[in-house]
Amino acid sequence: MPRLEEHCWSCSCETKHSSGANWLASKAEEMMSIITSVLRNAYGSLHDVRAANLIRRGLVLFTVGAFLALVLNLLQIQRHVTLFPEEVMTTLFSSAWWIPPCCGTGAAVVGLLYPCLDSHLGEPHKFKREWASVMRCIAVFVGINHASVKLDFDNNVQLSLTLAALSLGLWWTFDRSRSGFGLGITTAVLATVFTQLLVYNGVYQYTSPDFLYVRSWLPCIFFSGGVTVGNIGRQLAMVMSKPHLILSVK
Amino acid sequence: MTLRERLREKISAAFYRHGLLCASYPVPIILFTSASILTCCYPLLRLPLPGTGPVEFTTGVRDYSVPSHEPQGDLGERPDWYRGPPVAYIQQVLVKASVSPWDSSLVPVDVFRSPLGRAFSLLEEIRNHVHSDGSGVRSLETLCLQVTDLFPGLRRMQSVLPEHGCLLVSPGNYWQNQRELFDLDPDLLKTIQKHEPKGLHTSATLRDLLFGVPGKYTGVSHYNRKRVVTYTITVVLSSYDARFLGSLRGRLKQLHPSANCSLRDDHMVHVHFKEEIGIAELIPLVTTYIILFAYIYFSTRKIDMVKSKWGLALAAVVTVLSSLLMSVGLCTLFGLTPTLNGGEIFPYLVVVIGLENVLVLTKSVVSTPVDLEVKLRIAQGLSNESWSIMKNMATELCIILIGYFTLVPAIQEFCLFAVVGLVSDFFLQMFFFTTVLSIDIRRMELADLNRRLPAEAGLPPPKPGPLRIREVPPPPRPSPHTITLQTPAFRNLRLPKRLRVVYFLARTRLAQRIIMVGTVIWIGILVYTDPAGIRTYLAAQVSEQSPLGDPGGGGLAPHLGVAPVFRGGDPTSALSIHPPPDPTPVPENQSQGHHGAAQAGPLPQASPPAVPQITWGAEDEEGWRRLSFRHWPSLFSYYNITLAKRYISILPVIPVTVHLSPQEAIETRHPQDTRHPPPSIPKVSADLQTDLTLYKVAALGLAAGVLLVLLLFCLYRVLCPRNYGQNGVAHGRRRRGDLPCDDYGYSPPVSEISPLLLRGHSMDIECLASDGMLLASCCLAGQIRVWDTQTGDCLTVIPNEGPMCGWDGGYGAAESGLLGPETLGPACEEEGGGGYPLRRRTAPTWPTLFNDQPDLTPLIDTNFASQPPSHLCTPPRHGFDFGGLVERAYMEHEAPSPSAYPSPSSASSSPASAAGTQAAADGESSVWALELRGNLIAAGRSSGKLELWDAVEGSLRCVNEDGGSGITALAFLNNRIVAARLNGSLDFFTVEINKPLGLLQYRGAPGRGSVPPSPCYSSEDVISCQLTRSVQCAHQKPITVLRAAAGRVVTGSQDHTVRVYRLEDSCCLFTLQGHSGGITAIYIDQTMVLASGGQDGAICLWDVLTGSRVSHVYGHRGDVTSLVCTISCVISSGLDDLICIWDRSTGIKLYSIQQEVGCGASLGVISESLLVTGGQGCVSFWDLNFGDLLQTVYLGQSSDGQGVRQLLVLDNAAIICDFGSELSLVYVPSVLEKLD
Repeated sequence: MPRLEEHCWSCSCETKHSSGANWLASKAEEMMSIITSVLRNAYGSLHDVRAANLIRRGLVLFTVGAFLALVLNLLQIQRHVTLFPEEVMTTLFSSAWWIPPCCGTGAAVVGLLYPCLDSHLGEPHKFKREWASVMRCIAVFVGINHASVKLDFDNNVQLSLTLAALSLGLWWTFDRSRSGFGLGITTAVLATVFTQLLVYNGVYQYTSPDFLYVRSWLPCIFFSGGVTVGNIGRQLAMVMSKPHLILSVK
Repeated sequence: MTLRERLREKISAAFYRHGLLCASYPVPIILFTSASILTCCYPLLRLPLPGTGPVEFTTGVRDYSVPSHEPQGDLGERPDWYRGPPVAYIQQVLVKASVSPWDSSLVPVDVFRSPLGRAFSLLEEIRNHVHSDGSGVRSLETLCLQVTDLFPGLRRMQSVLPEHGCLLVSPGNYWQNQRELFDLDPDLLKTIQKHEPKGLHTSATLRDLLFGVPGKYTGVSHYNRKRVVTYTITVVLSSYDARFLGSLRGRLKQLHPSANCSLRDDHMVHVHFKEEIGIAELIPLVTTYIILFAYIYFSTRKIDMVKSKWGLALAAVVTVLSSLLMSVGLCTLFGLTPTLNGGEIFPYLVVVIGLENVLVLTKSVVSTPVDLEVKLRIAQGLSNESWSIMKNMATELCIILIGYFTLVPAIQEFCLFAVVGLVSDFFLQMFFFTTVLSIDIRRMELADLNRRLPAEAGLPPPKPGPLRIREVPPPPRPSPHTITLQTPAFRNLRLPKRLRVVYFLARTRLAQRIIMVGTVIWIGILVYTDPAGIRTYLAAQVSEQSPLGDPGGGGLAPHLGVAPVFRGGDPTSALSIHPPPDPTPVPENQSQGHHGAAQAGPLPQASPPAVPQITWGAEDEEGWRRLSFRHWPSLFSYYNITLAKRYISILPVIPVTVHLSPQEAIETRHPQDTRHPPPSIPKVSADLQTDLTLYKVAALGLAAGVLLVLLLFCLYRVLCPRNYGQNGVAHGRRRRGDLPCDDYGYSPPVSEISPLLLRGHSMDIECLASDGMLLASCCLAGQIRVWDTQTGDCLTVIPNEGPMCGWDGGYGAAESGLLGPETLGPACEEEGGGGYPLRRRTAPTWPTLFNDQPDLTPLIDTNFASQPPSHLCTPPRHGFDFGGLVERAYMEHEAPSPSAYPSPSSASSSPASAAGTQAAADGESSVWALELRGNLIAAGRSSGKLELWDAVEGSLRCVNEDGGSGITALAFLNNRIVAARLNGSLDFFTVEINKPLGLLQYRGAPGRGSVPPSPCYSSEDVISCQLTRSVQCAHQKPITVLRAAAGRVVTGSQDHTVRVYRLEDSCCLFTLQGHSGGITAIYIDQTMVLASGGQDGAICLWDVLTGSRVSHVYGHRGDVTSLVCTISCVISSGLDDLICIWDRSTGIKLYSIQQEVGCGASLGVISESLLVTGGQGCVSFWDLNFGDLLQTVYLGQSSDGQGVRQLLVLDNAAIICDFGSELSLVYVPSVLEKLD
């Protein structure tokens, strides 16, 4: 049972996952080459403020995404009453190592896409642009995840509907932009399709799948995750785009 | 009036009255609120304290039956967890064994070897015990808890704990319950010790598990003085069978009678365990709390403009927290017991309730006019926000109600708490927070008024003296061009946050203290909890030396254990606290203790009594209490059975007393046992060992503490490289008092912005104009100088005397001598016809050096100089000397007079300015407006003349004298000049250049890639200035402001209106009405953004295309002196020395900066986020995003009282500001690369 449980973790992170190990390896290689080239380019143009800015934002988003993935994943792993600290640590890191990096990358992509899309559409996001609101958004997102794990519902449909309402409420409370909604939906659809593929290929599985191979609340989680990360990304873009003055004290 | 509006009005009125009430009686209301908070929180006292300690319940054994699942109403004492069968029944067989009589031939190992050996036979006995009666045959196998396998990952336990079959635990498990292994074991203690975990441990150890009594009571050691070994055999039963247990008890008692045992055996204790929070659960919880604190931090840092920021932030947090407590308390009061984990849902509740309302309230109250009475301010602020507050609350309640109807119990409970929390939060906001806010505002009012009174009194002449003195924390400027922060008074708020935190830490030495205290506590804990540490040592000492002697040697035991909450009065347990000590063992122990203490040295063998006495005390009755409260959960968790939220029943122990004869002990000896050294040496070494461990621990702790302190010290040095409290290297030569440091003694690093002083004018600078490359300035003496903005060189000087004298009778001798009257005279006289060719002058004094200057750039509006200088006058001298008054004075006198000259210097009694005024009077007309485009300087004079000068050569190119009224403002755009006159008329001139096309030169200005090259006027051209249209009654009153950009000319006047004209055809497009005072400032830029500020302190944003008003805000108490817009915000400064930053799209005030008195009249925006303001002899740079003061650049030493009145931002990120009779050119180097 415990082994099964460990396999049955349900990913709550807001991004895609890589599938099978081989595929993963090749993909990782590809990604690494892309990343190195990007890094080289970036390094070459480090004096270019915008590139440096972009990289910094990406790094922050990556960290946030990876951290949230780690924490929320932990939230979802059914726990035992743990006895020994070393075992807790093994539980903490026993889940597949590739989840946090993947989620982090996804978060970086989504979080950079949001402000980019905003600027392309020419409608800068003005609604509640402040860190307090962003923090509130993250807290609600963690709360939605918490609820998806802890609440005992009669059936899955009810749970999914509740979570869908919650994620829509999250969007309405913190975003309210059409582009945010569209991108959130896109993220949710893509990520869900991806997880479907993953589960289909047997990378992992869910305890009681009710939406093809995955839980039906997964898209809601992805949607709210997309909105949350987008919120962070926009805030970062707003904060970091201001020129940093050398003349500022120290 | 719709229902909605009526409702809105009613709510607003109610809030207004409420605000009055709160502000009027702050103290009673706060008392009332505190009382109601306490009342609502009172029910919380009845809730069990949160914790994971187990709870107990005691029942009798005789009438015990397994409790049913259904709750039974009649048993009030019964806790609600006592339902259904327990996880297991625990039957302990407590064995006390000793070798008696003791003789000197025995070695220390004998103390426990043979007693432990007896465990195997007892185990056999228990395993094989069969009870048969009429209902059948029962053995242990049928009753005991069958376990399957150990929890994976416990490989090291495999050899010790039973892996299948009955869960039966005894010390025999060390040897796999096999007597042979035990007999062959050369060193029992080593075997036992082998399984002990290293280091500090908190949960139950294997030794505790197997022995069933805490390690130090077992007596299994070489230094056991009492020679009594205690251990238990623990049998875990899955079902309760009274008869089987009774027969087992009887059998054991029969085999091993305990003579003086009086243990009660009629009570069983049920222990209920709570859920333990593991690290896996803790991490998400901690994360949510971190997010919560970040949220609170980011929310409260927005509180601004109040007396005590931290106080209000605290009040906000208290409001939210106590509303939560109140909600829990109220829910408990009405019989709803919380089943959710409070710590888990708490952050979400806070997030749902939120701090927004509190902040909105604060902001609203703060943005009310400052001069109102406090209670009116509070009332007004409340009523302004009443509608949105009510709307938000209704929305939230609706959402929560929807959540309530999901019919999921957990959500319902959450929603219920949230609803009650919201309502109580609203209550607290209205009563508690509002009152606190009113108190705070009142405090600020007093402080503010005290500070502000002189400026408000507005009596300029007598004031300067005291004012100067009061201002005097004279900005210490050790050297002229260093950059220092301003006086401490308002720098406190402006420091970057991180610096403030670091300063705070450094000032209070908080980190050191916390770490020191932490280290001390840690060392204490280390010493205390170490198994070989001070606790056991102390316990041993106490038990040895107390004269009464402590039966069992464990006097501290009941108190050291985790005190369980005892539910259900248990008479026996109450009795057992005061056990009647057996009279016989006490003296026995006493003598024994005394012997041990007295003769610890050479001959310990002789001292012990011959017969070790086995005693049974009350503490043995429930010996399991001395174990860790994690004992049972650990044992069960090894078999993957959780005890969380379940309970076990502990049956009364079966006492077994075993006396062994010395022969028996010797027989069971292992050959190696005798090789152990005699006990005397271990005795000494035992103390020594204990001491050594103690010292080791102490030394280690000390070393760690020292290391930590050192680490902290390093960290501190890294964080705060500037040593405070003593002069650093950089400032070693300065006196402490002179240091430009802040409250905490930190000096900011000196960076390298130094202003370039442009000297040359003899009097105060009057007008400034620049086109990026060149800078034209005009002083009171009428002298116009042209400077190169790149190098700061003075290129041309156009003296006033010549033209001044010349105006009277055609042209003066000096001028005509140079220019030749035959050419200039007709040109000027016939300028109505225009285009009269000007002969190129051949004067050698002004060579044609710069004939290829770039022309006006229509994209950039830099016509600052067209503003009458009166608008920029410094309030410290004229508290109310704003442009309007001056203009009114002009209007009254119609003719300019020296006394009404709109310069602050004229009012002062300095001889220079008096001379200047005199000169102006002599010359009859002075320059009131100046514009510079390309090579041409357009100067508007008080006599109504418009002159065009060549900037490079200093020659007069053209004069137009059409208007009779003085030119108050000029705009020069493309080839058109717009002049606003004192009588309210507006003249449009066209500058025509007659030049061969081939000579048209184009040049791109360096550093301005984006600006297209523009044609420039060369000195060969013939320039004529033609009046194309004159709008006679553009305004009813004098025009005060004139701005032109994007093909529009905007004028503002004393008659409260703003007019927009099209530049091409001089057609009036709109008349904008909305101000209730004269217009004092206008901003228009290429993006057609129009902002206007008036004497009423209002700022209006207009849509230039439609002429509609976009927003209208009141920001200042007094005139708006200057207005600048960036893409996202509008920046205004007023006579109240406040700089306000507004959101351009919404018109909401983002924040405001309180400047020193008389500072903030001139403004400039360098980049999107860099604001520069002029102050007293300095310019300050601000970060627009946060309102932080970045730097202050002092312009010179002799700057006391000299304010910067005009400030011009050039394209190359240089700032030009006037500074008395000097000009200052400040380069902001780092901004250049940001301008892309």
